[in-house]
Amino acid sequence: MRLPRTLILGSVLFAIFLFAALMSFLWTPFDVETLAIAKKLKTPSPEFWFGTDHFGRDIFSMIMVGARTSIAVAVVAVGIGILLGVPLGLWAAANHGGWLDEVIMRGNDLVFAFPSLVIAILITAVFGPSALNAIIAIGIFNIPVFARVARGGALSLWTLEYILSARVAGKNKLRISVEHILPNIANLLIVQGTIQFSVGILAEAALSYVGLGAQPPTPSWGRMLADSQTMISFAPHLALFPGFAIVLTVLGLNLMGDGLRDLLDPRIRRDRG
Amino acid sequence: MLRFAAKRFLSLALSMIAASIVIFAVIEVIPGDPASFMLGLNAQPDTVLALREQLGLEGSVVSRYFNWVGGMLTGDFGTSYTYRVPVSELVLARLWISLPLALYALVLSTLIAIPVGMIAAARRGKASDISIMGVTQLGIAVPNFWFAMLLVLIFAIKLRWFSAGGFPGWDQGIFGALKSLTLPAIALALPQASILARVMRSSLLETLGQDYIRTARAKGLSQRQAIWHHALRNALIPVLTIIGMQFSFLIAGAIIIENVFFLPGLGRLIFQGITQRDLIVVESVVMLLVFAVITVTFLVDLAYAAVDPRLRHST
Repeated sequence: MRLPRTLILGSVLFAIFLFAALMSFLWTPFDVETLAIAKKLKTPSPEFWFGTDHFGRDIFSMIMVGARTSIAVAVVAVGIGILLGVPLGLWAAANHGGWLDEVIMRGNDLVFAFPSLVIAILITAVFGPSALNAIIAIGIFNIPVFARVARGGALSLWTLEYILSARVAGKNKLRISVEHILPNIANLLIVQGTIQFSVGILAEAALSYVGLGAQPPTPSWGRMLADSQTMISFAPHLALFPGFAIVLTVLGLNLMGDGLRDLLDPRIRRDRG
Repeated sequence: MLRFAAKRFLSLALSMIAASIVIFAVIEVIPGDPASFMLGLNAQPDTVLALREQLGLEGSVVSRYFNWVGGMLTGDFGTSYTYRVPVSELVLARLWISLPLALYALVLSTLIAIPVGMIAAARRGKASDISIMGVTQLGIAVPNFWFAMLLVLIFAIKLRWFSAGGFPGWDQGIFGALKSLTLPAIALALPQASILARVMRSSLLETLGQDYIRTARAKGLSQRQAIWHHALRNALIPVLTIIGMQFSFLIAGAIIIENVFFLPGLGRLIFQGITQRDLIVVESVVMLLVFAVITVTFLVDLAYAAVDPRLRHST
């Protein structure tokens, strides 16, 4: 089977940043926590590929470590969404039309009324800003998203004959959900997971930018952009590189999501021109 | 339709009540006394006591909740601890920046997205379609606050066409006020316009594939006539839903964009509230934002049902 071009391009883009994030655990060109004021605000050069910031820290190294923060926050937030949202969605579908379904879906509506930024504001107003609170905020926002996808996918499966025969064979709803429904909605969940991953990267950047996410000295792309703002007139490179990092990572994930959808859902492949 | 509206209204009211309980509960779980939390560690006991009284912290949790909700229903949001003025006054003043900003962005995004999506659909598979899809793909990936910073760099710092931030106030003339909201509105509108253009394109393509369009073309209408007279109106239905849903993203996005342009809107108010531990302000603004999101969702549901009768019976 030929892989969609979007999937290949997206995977390559994302792989670059994933590699940078993993590599940063072992090696970065410069230490990101050592300040070198004498070398502050250097423009890109062979020594400092992306230049240095107002504390003389190497931007390239900071972007590598920042990739770690962004990806970690988004992975855990998607994990929270899947681990809590998918069982809720499956449960609602298994009891479709019942009060449980109604309660779960109305609860979902309620969470939808709180954009992740508003959840983050509430959490940080009480517990203070941190990367962990950003993860919780984005994670909570992901729960209804995955619950909806899981419920929608599961509902259409529950009417099929092989599920009916599984019920006749005496399997209970839980077993059917786990053994038959879940594997068949896995494709949907993978595609949604990729999309929420990119939404998570953007949300983390926005939260860090307004100071509600990762706190200094932890480098994060959003934080770097916030710091660069007052210096943008004389040191625009401070704002350009972290911004490109966010755009390319999100673009990579979005292309991957599109490509995966084309690959995993043959109906869409046929429809697309 | 009336029954559908009543049912939706009931669900709107329930959502509001549930949301207010959640917000109240979150602010309540602050370990210890909110008054000492707001005043910091070195506060004098009598200052704490005075603030407790001012905040209405005496009494049971249930009675405090009803006081808070009852107050909001009559327009009394309490008094800001740091500003020493009624929260409703603060919010109202800031709303006159955030709301026009969100609406400005909504109008821009719609005006850009609908024609762009139509062009892409009409020229499906051609170079213009492919480049439009590429640009929108990029538009979705760009964080709006970063795009805002680039706009400042280009149009305020380099070209000097706009000011880099601040707001002159509506009393200084509508033109000046709108001008200072233009760059923020463009920054907010870009990602939404990208999403909307893609929705418009796929919706129009789907409509163009319907039998009645084929019939119209068979009767001799050109592609352009078929789009304008038959397809467009039907294709706009899903687009309208997305426009409604985007309003909540725009309100949330405005909170961030206001920080880039130093606009004294709700966003600045809420972040000042957080840093100054002015929980009454945070609580009220969050409730207001959630109220706005729930109400817009309700209105979109109604509008959708008014346009598409099938929905009235399925929900």
